[in-house]
Amino acid sequence: MSLKYTEDHEWINVEGNVAIVGITHHAQDALGDVVFVDLPEVGKSFAQKDVAGVVESVKAAADVYMPVTGEITEVNEELRNDPSLANSDPLGRGWFFKVKLAQPSEVDALLDETAYNKFSAG
Amino acid sequence: MSATENLLTTPLNTLHLELGARMVPFAGYSMPVQYPAGLVAEHHHTRTAAGLFDVSHMGQLRLTGPDAAAAFESLMPVDVIGLGLHKQRYGLLLNDEGGIIDDLMFVNRGNDLFVIVNGACKHGDLAHIQSRIGQRCTIEPQFDRALLALQGPQAVTALARLLPGVEQLVFMTGMPAIWQGADLYVTRSGYTGEDGFEISLPASAADAFARALLAQPEVKPIGLGARNSLRLEAGLCLYGNDIDTSTTPVEANLNWAMQKVRRTGGARAGGFSGADKVLAQLGGTQPVQRLRVGLVGLERVPVREHVELHNEAGQKVGEVTSGLLAPTADKPVALAYVQAEYAAVGTRLNAMVRGKAVPMEVSPLPFVPNRYHRG
Repeated sequence: MSLKYTEDHEWINVEGNVAIVGITHHAQDALGDVVFVDLPEVGKSFAQKDVAGVVESVKAAADVYMPVTGEITEVNEELRNDPSLANSDPLGRGWFFKVKLAQPSEVDALLDETAYNKFSAG
Repeated sequence: MSATENLLTTPLNTLHLELGARMVPFAGYSMPVQYPAGLVAEHHHTRTAAGLFDVSHMGQLRLTGPDAAAAFESLMPVDVIGLGLHKQRYGLLLNDEGGIIDDLMFVNRGNDLFVIVNGACKHGDLAHIQSRIGQRCTIEPQFDRALLALQGPQAVTALARLLPGVEQLVFMTGMPAIWQGADLYVTRSGYTGEDGFEISLPASAADAFARALLAQPEVKPIGLGARNSLRLEAGLCLYGNDIDTSTTPVEANLNWAMQKVRRTGGARAGGFSGADKVLAQLGGTQPVQRLRVGLVGLERVPVREHVELHNEAGQKVGEVTSGLLAPTADKPVALAYVQAEYAAVGTRLNAMVRGKAVPMEVSPLPFVPNRYHRG
């Protein structure tokens, strides 16, 4: 397992050529109570840093960016029905989507946990 | 960093930080947007128990002198002279084109008119009032006084323990009170659609009074985030979003705030800033081009301010000015301005959210029934 982070506050967990993506604890805390998520279509391809979804609390809306280039293979329907999972379990049941990596080397340039924690604290 | 250094703080700043509030800049002040409970929990707590709001950023003014009521009437399309003792009323400061400079609340306290205006507008309002009627009455800003709101169905129970007698007030009336030697003025009013109170008090007493309220089992602190979702469900305008100098009271669907005595045919018709335009719009001789309406979403997608509204043919016919997924109504709600022919309740419109059409329907206001205590 190799959990990595982006400066847009997504996490990505790569297993083989597929990765799971969600928003970080810091992101959900900053947003507050999540009430809505807009998830990408399965089968759609995105470039790294494309907007792939939206997460909204009562007070704010934020884009969810693609941490890597690839094709969506699955989205979290449970999260769509219960967006509060993004708050209560952001690294678990609150995951957003799975993506098949087109350029696995992109992952190496993402932040590790120490670097992300330093980034989000600053 | 420098942005926060220039912010003012309210007399409750220490308490907010102690309670773990997330502070944000608002109207030039550092204000609590939410406490650790979070916006949605705070919203529901206010609708079911009692929520304490710090609204000390708002501006408090006193107008005194024998001509004060008549003078204040010249700035608003509202009956000031006829307002009874310790009665409160909603008012609208208008410019000469009928645009809304600010919305406000005022009380006839007998020895003065006590006025509460929006925080972001207070210095402009003071200058406007001074320049227009400063010769006719004495205008005393009390921007250093604190203002608290206690809102919700259990507000009366909690507040009456500290201030016996407030339970006898009805909606939009007020009374003076003394608490631990401090001069308070309490009105039964608010910005949530719930029963509740607003309490004006000296800054020096605010922290102790707020702590005494928070010690009551019904009361929890509520931030600006829930204040916004509560007022929007109640169908109430936010100045700067839903009304501003480009909107008239008629366009803003605030006709109820303009009493008959100030309208054409009334005993004191006209004679206020912007009267020509506002009365022509009211009388229909100058039909309005757009109207403020309520909208409910037919899909569970939040629709926010600045989202365009399209008709079936895909033409833009309006724009959202406030909108969110309402916690109590449990659906997307919005306030918007639409072309007058699309303002009828039941009209279907498409909100264009991220390029996708989200169906909405013009709805009666409020979105959640008011529960004011009318006695």
